[in-house]
Amino acid sequence: MKVWLFIPCLVDQFYPEVGEGMARILTRLGFELEYPAAQTCCGQPAFNSGYFDEAAVVAEHFLDVFRDAPLVVGPSGSCISMVRIFYRQLKFKKYTPQEVAEIGGRFYEFSEFLVKKMGITDVGAHFEGRVTYHAACHLLRELGVRNEPLELLKHVRGLEFVPMKDAEACCGFGGTFSVKYPLLSTSMGEYKVRQALAVNADYVVMNDVSCMMHLQGIIDRQNLPLRALHIVHVLSGLMPPSARGSGS
Amino acid sequence: MKADPRYFKMNIRESLADEHLQTVLRKACDEVLVKRAQIVAEMPHWQQLRDAASRIKAHVMANLDTYLLQLERNLTANGVKVHWARDTEEARNEILEIARKHNVWTAVKSKSMTSEEVGLNAFLEERKIRPVETDLGEYIQQLSGEPPFHIVTPAMHRSRQDVGRIFAEKLGVPYTEDPESLTRIAREKLRDAFLTAEMGITGANFAVAETGTIVIVENEGNARLTTTAPKVHVALLGIEKVIPTLQDLRVFLNLLSISSTAQRLPCYVNLIRSPRREGEHEGPEEVHVVLLDNGRTEILDDDEMVSALHCIRCGACLNVCPIFQRVGGHAYGWVYQGPIGSVLTPLYRGLNVGYQLPFASSLCGACSEICPVKIDIHHLLLVLRNRIHHNLSDWWLERTAFRLWAFGSSRPRFYRFAERLLRLFLRLFVPHAKELPVPVWSKTRAFPRPARRSFHRRWRRLAKELENERPRTGEHSGDL
Repeated sequence: MKVWLFIPCLVDQFYPEVGEGMARILTRLGFELEYPAAQTCCGQPAFNSGYFDEAAVVAEHFLDVFRDAPLVVGPSGSCISMVRIFYRQLKFKKYTPQEVAEIGGRFYEFSEFLVKKMGITDVGAHFEGRVTYHAACHLLRELGVRNEPLELLKHVRGLEFVPMKDAEACCGFGGTFSVKYPLLSTSMGEYKVRQALAVNADYVVMNDVSCMMHLQGIIDRQNLPLRALHIVHVLSGLMPPSARGSGS
Repeated sequence: MKADPRYFKMNIRESLADEHLQTVLRKACDEVLVKRAQIVAEMPHWQQLRDAASRIKAHVMANLDTYLLQLERNLTANGVKVHWARDTEEARNEILEIARKHNVWTAVKSKSMTSEEVGLNAFLEERKIRPVETDLGEYIQQLSGEPPFHIVTPAMHRSRQDVGRIFAEKLGVPYTEDPESLTRIAREKLRDAFLTAEMGITGANFAVAETGTIVIVENEGNARLTTTAPKVHVALLGIEKVIPTLQDLRVFLNLLSISSTAQRLPCYVNLIRSPRREGEHEGPEEVHVVLLDNGRTEILDDDEMVSALHCIRCGACLNVCPIFQRVGGHAYGWVYQGPIGSVLTPLYRGLNVGYQLPFASSLCGACSEICPVKIDIHHLLLVLRNRIHHNLSDWWLERTAFRLWAFGSSRPRFYRFAERLLRLFLRLFVPHAKELPVPVWSKTRAFPRPARRSFHRRWRRLAKELENERPRTGEHSGDL
């Protein structure tokens, strides 16, 4: 079965190991991968800030790249929501609303694809540590993916899962919200981190690197005994380099 | 704290620094959310109820003229006097005229956000008519000289110690923090007001067109007294409050009481059809209904925004909103707070007044998920963001930045060139920095350095490696 990879810009630039981990897992499961090299960004940063015209320019290019894909998988709830849900709100030059909906319908978030679409809950992963889960907003409320990531975590050998309070509350990233309202954004992130620490978790795991970057930023700044990870980090064993200066 | 939406950004600093507020607010929100969730979990048809409510509201908005005329006809037939108010000023003057006609010195009020919307209390006070709020929360707020903090629970930010201090200071009673004693004090004070008031002013939760019935939902019995003890009752309501039939009311009563105060049913549901009739022992001699537009018909014509009129003012979106939980109601600077307030304020007051509010959201969607009438609140916020950019000119710098970004991100070769340039720049100027200084962000959070090689640059080698790793007869290798 052929699967095209959608590597969101943040993954591409900051956390390529998430893309690599996803590719390795999918390959191990027997999927044939295709990476369309012309992909850039889905347009979400502009859209969430209210710049619909600018977002549409980028989204139009995105659809050009993925229009012929039989099935697309990406490691981000929010980027997949952008393509599947929010593209409906944009005006395209080349694509009719039906085409946009049809192409968008072929996009799956990674854990949604494995569990909901393929029925795979065990990817043969091994991970030592106490893990709690943060439900990223777009994954949960736009795509309706609630239990799939938990199913995957449940089947990881060595992993001890602990639920935290308000796991479904927003982490406070929210795109440009994080710099337009930095105090609110940070306060929300701190609350999230505190909930994870309150259950003595070593790791707080989620399905979006944007939330992860925000939470890890707080953790680093405050030197807290916690690590924010993407679910692919846990499932693939490929960790984010702790010190970026020396490169990966 | 300034009561002006244009000061939102300044107001939130004050809220975030107020530890007492943070503690009380979080506890209050948590409590009602937990109880609500428990009840909803026991209701197998909750989603169907929401669907039904959403359908009814959409139907009403599409036929609002018909239902409003039907409502007017039936109210009039029941002996109720109907007044139409185009805006704040007309609404105030209609009410003032009724008050003058009946020589009103004191008017008791039950909770009404619509009366807050038109600034009725201050207007009446200036004209020597004393408005007395009779909902306990509203009463506390009136005593302390503050506007309501929350559309449903106006004194949500007050601990019982706070209330004890306010009562001691304003009413000259000995300090107590016992809720029952405090309620008893308020009850005694308010009894006097009920007995002396010549007029009762209320809002309404619904107005049933088919029967000409005004519906007021409450928990304290104060609305019942307000509508029956004085000789005149005036109900002020937005035109969007009309629903077609009493059957429809069943849908909304459940949704409203569960969403607002986590009760299966409210303590009192007042159905008011007429003034006191011959042979009846109680009720006012006159009942007036003031139907307020104040910008609502403009929203009605706005296809993208019309669902904002579906709101039944339950306040659930406030309680669940991580922003509201931190900034509180007063920071929003106007009567409607939280996510729905961030939609209504720019619509009612204008984009140039409410322009900060639609951006005060991480777009997490918790508001839309909890809304009992399924208003897609966070999508409305997105559309408002777009409109603000189009209508207000002082965003040119940001727009230019996004135009450049759009140019680069729609041209893959340019994009990859820029990516290389950035890495070269970083290697030359900050070769050893583990994090990058990003304006604003870096004040509270570390910002990571980009990976040395992007996924894009890794792919070719990775693809070769994976080619060898692929299981030859994997279960998903064939077409499924």
